[in-house]
This record gives sequence, C-alpha cells and structure tokens, in this order.
Amino acid sequence: MEHKNWTGFNPGVWQDEINVRDFIQQNYSAYEGDSSFLAGATERTNGLMKKLENLFALERQFGGVLDIDTATVSSLTSYSPGYIDKDNELIFGMQTNRPLKRGVNPFGGMRMVRQACEAYGYKLSRKVEEEFHYRTTHNDGVFRAYTDEMRQARKCHVITGLPDAYGRGRIIGDYRRVALYGVDRLIEEKKKDKNELAGQAFNTEQIRLDEELFRQIAFLGKLKEMASMYGFDISGPASNAKEAIQWTYFAYLGAIKEQNGAAMSLGRVSTFFDIYIERDIANGTLTETDAQELVDDFVMKLRIARHLRTPEYNELFGGDPMWITEAVGGMGENGRTLVTKSSFRILNTLYTLGSSPEPNLTVLWSNSLPENFKKFCAKVSADTDSIQYENDDIMRPIYGDDYAIACCVSAMKIGKQMQFFGARCNLAKLLLIAINGGYDTTSGIHIGPQMPVMEGNKLDYDEVMKRFDIYIAWLSNLYVNTMNIIHYMHDKYAYEKLQMALHDTDVERFMAFGIAGLSVVADSLSAIKYANVIPVKNSNGFITEFRTEGDFPKYGNDDDRVDLIAKDMAHKVITELRKTPTYRKAIHTLSVLTITSNVMYGKNTGATPDGRKASAPFAPGANPMHNREENGALASLNSVAKISYDDCRDGVSNTFSITPEALGKDEDERTNNLVSILDGYFAKKAHHINVNVLNRETLMKAYENPEDYPNLTIRVSGYAVNFNKLSREQQREVISRTFHEAI
Amino acid sequence: MTGYIHSFQSLGATDGPGIRFVVFMQGCNLRCGCCHNPDTWKMNEGKEYTAEDVANRVVRYKEYFGSEGGITVSGGEPLLQADFVREVFELCRRAGINTCLDTSGSILNGSVKALLEVTDRVLLDVKYTTDELYKEHAGCEMKSVLEFLDYLNKKEIPVTLRQVIIPTLNDNEENILELKRIASKHLCVDKTELLPFRKICQVKYDKMGIVFPFAHIPEPSAETMNKLKNLL
Repeated sequence: MEHKNWTGFNPGVWQDEINVRDFIQQNYSAYEGDSSFLAGATERTNGLMKKLENLFALERQFGGVLDIDTATVSSLTSYSPGYIDKDNELIFGMQTNRPLKRGVNPFGGMRMVRQACEAYGYKLSRKVEEEFHYRTTHNDGVFRAYTDEMRQARKCHVITGLPDAYGRGRIIGDYRRVALYGVDRLIEEKKKDKNELAGQAFNTEQIRLDEELFRQIAFLGKLKEMASMYGFDISGPASNAKEAIQWTYFAYLGAIKEQNGAAMSLGRVSTFFDIYIERDIANGTLTETDAQELVDDFVMKLRIARHLRTPEYNELFGGDPMWITEAVGGMGENGRTLVTKSSFRILNTLYTLGSSPEPNLTVLWSNSLPENFKKFCAKVSADTDSIQYENDDIMRPIYGDDYAIACCVSAMKIGKQMQFFGARCNLAKLLLIAINGGYDTTSGIHIGPQMPVMEGNKLDYDEVMKRFDIYIAWLSNLYVNTMNIIHYMHDKYAYEKLQMALHDTDVERFMAFGIAGLSVVADSLSAIKYANVIPVKNSNGFITEFRTEGDFPKYGNDDDRVDLIAKDMAHKVITELRKTPTYRKAIHTLSVLTITSNVMYGKNTGATPDGRKASAPFAPGANPMHNREENGALASLNSVAKISYDDCRDGVSNTFSITPEALGKDEDERTNNLVSILDGYFAKKAHHINVNVLNRETLMKAYENPEDYPNLTIRVSGYAVNFNKLSREQQREVISRTFHEAI
Repeated sequence: MTGYIHSFQSLGATDGPGIRFVVFMQGCNLRCGCCHNPDTWKMNEGKEYTAEDVANRVVRYKEYFGSEGGITVSGGEPLLQADFVREVFELCRRAGINTCLDTSGSILNGSVKALLEVTDRVLLDVKYTTDELYKEHAGCEMKSVLEFLDYLNKKEIPVTLRQVIIPTLNDNEENILELKRIASKHLCVDKTELLPFRKICQVKYDKMGIVFPFAHIPEPSAETMNKLKNLL
C-alpha cells in the first residue's frame, strides 16, 4: 500500500499491516552526538508557558482544582473546543472547553465523582445524576459481585487501592497509529478483524470480543469527529511533523477524555516523531528551533491534562498525577540505539519549559546507550529531579524493542499487550494478621484462616514462616478472585473503547498484583531470625507490640542474610498468585511499588517486629526502610537489585536521593558519577530507579515556605510530583527518607 | 591476615577518581584538630576483618566503578596497618579493581613501601605547609610527609594533593603558593584539591565526650575557597 503522505519513507511491511515498530526500524536515524544541537525556548513558547504558570498558580490558590464542569459527562465530543491562546498554539486540543477545567467521568463509579465535586465545593449536576440513575457503573457492578470476605479485606486495608471505584488505567493505546495510518485505515482493519470472527464458534469470549470491536470502531469514528471540531481531518496519515504530533496527541486526548484511568501513559513517541521531524528538516520545511517548539507545545498540552479525584484517592496517589509516561531511549533488538535527536528534545523540555512531574519521562537505560546521551540524562537528572530510569537490558529480551511503560514501572509491548491493574496488598499487615491467627488489631476485624494467637515468649522463625505461608496462600487466592471481578466489571461497564481500538485485536493481557511493605517484612523476619523478638499482648490477648532484643541484619546493607528474605518473599507471593486462574487468561505479574500509598499503608498497620512503630510509614516501593542503611548508597542499591525481575515483571521501584556534594565536587564529576551509578545498578539486573539530587534542607524550606518553591519537582516512587501538591504527611515522609550524604 | 576497620562506605564520590568503595581503617597516629573522624583514632578497636572479606565486599561493587573508580582505603591512618591494606590491594588488583590510598603520609617503612607497590593512586593530605603548624595541630613533623612524597615521586605513583582549608591557620595566600610549589616540584602530583573545613563532626565529638579542638574556628566561606582555588 502507498500513500502520498509517506513519500520519502523507506518501505516495509508497515505499509501492508499495522506495524509501527517496523516503520520506526526502517526509517529512524540513531543519534550518538551530544546535546549541543538543541535549541532553546522561543518567545512564543515562553509567552504561552507564562500563561500556563499563571493558571497553575490560580489552580493552587483554588485548593488544587481550578474548575469543574459538573453538567457534562466527559467523552470525546462532549465539549466545545478549548484553547490556551488559539493564535499562539501549535498543537491543539483540550480535555474540556477550558484549560485546567476538569470534566466528570462517572463510568467508573458515581460515588467517587460526587465526593470529588463536593470536596472542591461543587455539586454534581442533576442532569448527570439523572443520566446515571439508569446506568450501571463499573463500581456498581463490582459491589454486586464482591463476596463478604472481599469487602472485609478491603475494609481492613490488607488489600487497598483497588480500581473498583474509578478507571483502572495502565493501558497504553498505540497513539502513533493514528498519525502513521490515519483513522480510516484503522477502522478498515478493525472491520476486517470483526468479519473474521464470523467464521468462529460464538462462545462467551467471542461474543464479548465481537461487541468490543463494534465499540472500538464506533469510537474511532468519534475520534475523527473530535478532531474535526478543532478543524482537522485525521482520516488519513499525517503529512509532516506538526501533523504527526497533532494526530498522535488527538489520539491520546481522546483516550483521556473517554477514560479517567489511574495511569494514562503515553507510550514511546519521541523517536517516532523524530522520523517526521528529520524528514521535514531534510525538506527544508522545519528548523531545529521549529522542532523544539513543536515538542514544547505538545508537552505543554500534556502538562495541563487533569482528572478529577477525591482526597482519599490523593492519599494513595499523591500529587494529582496522570502518569503520562513517555519511554525515551533504549536499544534496538539489532543492537542499534533507539536514541534520536528527539530523545534529547523531549528531555530538553525540562529546560525550555522548566522542571515538571509530567510527562513522566522515563529513560530506558542500557549499558550500550551512547555515552553522550547517558551524560545528558544524568545532567538533566541532577538539574531537575524529573527523570526515572528503567533497565532496557532486562526488559528488551522480554518485550522486544517497541515496548513502553504504563504508570511507573509496568512494561508492555505497545499496542499488543495491556494490563489489568491491581494496586497492592499489605504484606506487613498480613504478617501481623498471621501472628494473631486471623485477626487484624488495627481494624478489629477477624479475617482469613482462624487459629490461635502465636504463643511463647519469643517468636520462632520457622513457626512464623509456616504460619505466614498459610496466610500468603489464602490472601493470594482472595486477591486474584477480587481482581477477576473488578476487571470483568470494568470490561463490561467501563471498557476502554478508543485505547483498545489502538491495540491489535488479539491482545495479550497481564494481571498486575502488587505488594507493599516488603522492607518492613524482610527486616521483621530478619529480627525474628537473628535477634530475640518478644511479643507483647494487649488485654484481649492479641499481639500488638514487640520487644526486640539484640541486633539483626537489615535490608539495604547488601547483606544476603536479609536481602534474600526479601527476594524469597516476592518469589513466594507470585508463586502463590499463579495458583489461581485469572479473568481472560491474563498473565500474573507482581510489582513492588507503592506510589505514595506507603504512608497510608503504614498508618493502617500496627507495630512490627523490626522496631517500626504502629502507624509509622513504610518505605516506598522496594526501598529499604529509612535510615537503616549503614554502608552507603551502593550497598542499598545492591540490596534492591537482588529482587528478581523474573518474579516481579510488573516492576521493582526504588527511589534514590543523594546530595549534590555526595555525588561529586563539580558538575562534570557529578554527571560522570551518576552515569557510573546507573551503569552499575543496571548491570546488577536491577529494574528501576528514581534519581533525586538535592538536599534535605531544600525540602524543609519548601515545606515551611511552599510559595517560594512553586515548581519544586521530586521523584517519589515511580513518578515525579510537584512537592507542594503532596499532603503535609506525605511531605514529612519524603523529608524523613534517607539522603545519601557526603562523608 | 586481619585488620581493624571502622566502617565501609559503598558510595564514595569524592575520595579519588570516579566511584569508590571506601574502607575506613581504625587507628591513627596523628591527632589533627580538624579531624572529622575522631571515632577512628584508637587502635585495635572497630571490627576485625580478613583481607579476603574486605576484597569480596569490594568486588560486589565492581559494576559501578566504570573506567576510573575502585577502592579507596582511608581512615584513621591506613599506613598503620600497611601489611593488611597491601593484602587487600593485592586481592583487588587481581580482580581488576583500581586501588587508592588516602593518607597523611607520615609513616614510611618497609611495610608501607610494599603497600605502595600495589597502590594505583595516593590521596596525600598535606595538612599545612609549615613545620610549626604540623607539630602543633597534627602531631608530626612536616619532614616525614615530604619524604613520603619524594618516595611517591621516585616510584612515579600518581598523587592528588589535598588540603583542608582552616580559617586563621592555612587560609592564606602564602600557604597556597607554598602548596603549589610543593606540587610543582613533584611530577607525580597531577591534581591538587582544597577542601573546606567542616564542623558537622561536632556531634561525633559530643557523643564521645571529648573536646573538638577546632570548635572555635569558623568554616571558610565559598568566596575564600574560590579565591584560594584560583591561586592554584
């Protein structure tokens, strides 16, 4: 197949089938040079950014939400077009009719929408209430099916944050397809797929898919309609860089208008854009300054994307994140780097537009990346604290070279795999429930297998483990079944029509489980094994405290005695999860990631044998507990690197904060040293790291005088946040974390 | 062979080139007023490790060292346990790890000479440039340090000269020019670093119940540091 807008591109199978990867491989220009070619912000960009900054300030003054349209249900065509400054914009499209105005999206659940409106002084309109009076939401469906035990597990917070009242997210449409092929071709392919179903047996699976395809096709049509409201015809392929970015953005915009999923990630667009940019530059129709302007404008649009959330939601996922994750860099399967000039350009937006948590820029790190790119990343990290890194060398063999990251650390082949998001279970609480024979002392709920409270003056490691195994098996089964209900209902009542239209029809699914409190559990078990842990009972005969005598190895010191407990724990959990079959034959995966929920999980968990007090926060993700590291930063990294990616295919998150002084004496030294640290950590087969180069004092000042630090961005746990958008409690927890300091 | 070690720091980014695994030896022959590790002074304290133990630990960090990094042995005074450090360095070199010694250079005997045979770089702490100050505030003669440096020069071992800038004692032009002269007389010196005197160690002194001799001296300003660095 040929198209005039493809002139100048190298041919390939991408012309005859939907195959963006092949298009990229046939056409991209790898770049090994340095950052000196980059252009700065233009006057236009600065002017527009100034407008946005004013809006952001206003949004803060309004308590975090600037405005809500309570009368219109968010969808692709439900709002009239919106602009920041129409004459000065290059890339168009807004979620609602005005920047930062939030829409309501009740398909996940009405209660959440009502509460969110009320929290910010609004009331959901009568019109929407009436419309949804006769509709079943995802949330309605889930609670029709939940068993008593599932409700109890939720109530006592042993499983929390489940997407049962909001959009599940973590699905990445291949938004590039719209730019490369145009919507008509995508509709045509989907129609073909639908027709092919006709020859097969119509069982439940087939009927569901058949209906889904109908809905996908309908929403591709709506996408065209949405674009035409802005004056664009996206039925055919994009003809230049500006259109490629615009078409891709429209596809993403359609997705976030339709879905308010927890994480609405972007994918891997910069090297794709680069092909169009290079073609235009070669044709003499675009300069470097123009190219940066286009990328800047696109990124500005991403920075104003918003969803309406409740304060309770913010406790779990602090900082109002969207997880517009863009994967940058990485290597091709043939050994050629996927770094292009546009990989630099997108990172450069942290300079042209200033540092920012969104989009969630995620560098796919390989030891084979060009040295110049590594150094640029390290410099941007040290300057902005806005980048995270994930190990391309361990992901590429599994996902190939056209995968992206959903949310923080969830890898998936773009347009070929999706995941059923499953939040996380609280492993530390489970340990306490096990010790108490099926009783949760913080909520007063009896749950799980019932047996006597553990006896004896001293906890015995083998006995505790034997018991813990029973409870892990019980919870794993409950967790999988709970997830099965949630995702069955989500497919039924809040199906992602547009995003799935931008996937292959035959899609592979993951079911992503998670654990919180891994370091607390590892240290607690280590204490039981290597020190004397004396349980202290309350007047009702339940163990609520522990007296720990003697020293014990602590996770975070590169000490195998405890690090292997952590590693084995992850292995144990995923092994148990796999025993219960999943909805739609999804592949079980596991993450060690908490977002900011480590604070909330800690709050709902009693004292633990490692010496952690009741209600004290957990460490985030797979991090060692704060300030228990005695041998410095690399020892801590080595401990985390031992958690196996094979057990935790949904990611192992680590957040690393170091003071500039500890990283080196000058900028060059800091850059080179950070590159060495990343090379070393990933050579150890670690999966993910957030890098912050800053002083605790800076955070303390921002805590005291937030108005002086409106744009302070820090990496938290798989994403970045504007420090000011965290709750006071979350801010205190971030300040209390280990900062690796100069010796 | 075993040695007494105060502690390990797996990420040393300011003690030698690149990323270094730093071993702090226990025990010191000097008593410098500016010392930020008073807890490393006493001999035969700390924890006893075999050279193999230490080398095995270091090897776990090899991936981070890149082309420049490696092990740095500091202290305390590593030269007091030169035989042990030599064994550690031999094992590290065998594993392809670069070796660096952070020392005051006040001891030069057969054991130390043998250690220097397996040392890739020395960070030599030249505390002052006059014998008076050396005697008064470090507790050794300047001569011994210069002899040590002469020996390094003879053996062509790359050296980074380091000096902690302590206001009122050595924050003056003459001192820096003399330091520069010493460096220029020794071809082995390829770098000179000035470090600001810091008082965060006060807490360590308080905890140990001893007096921090330089508690009354202020930290140097960034301006002073820049001015002195420009003289080099």
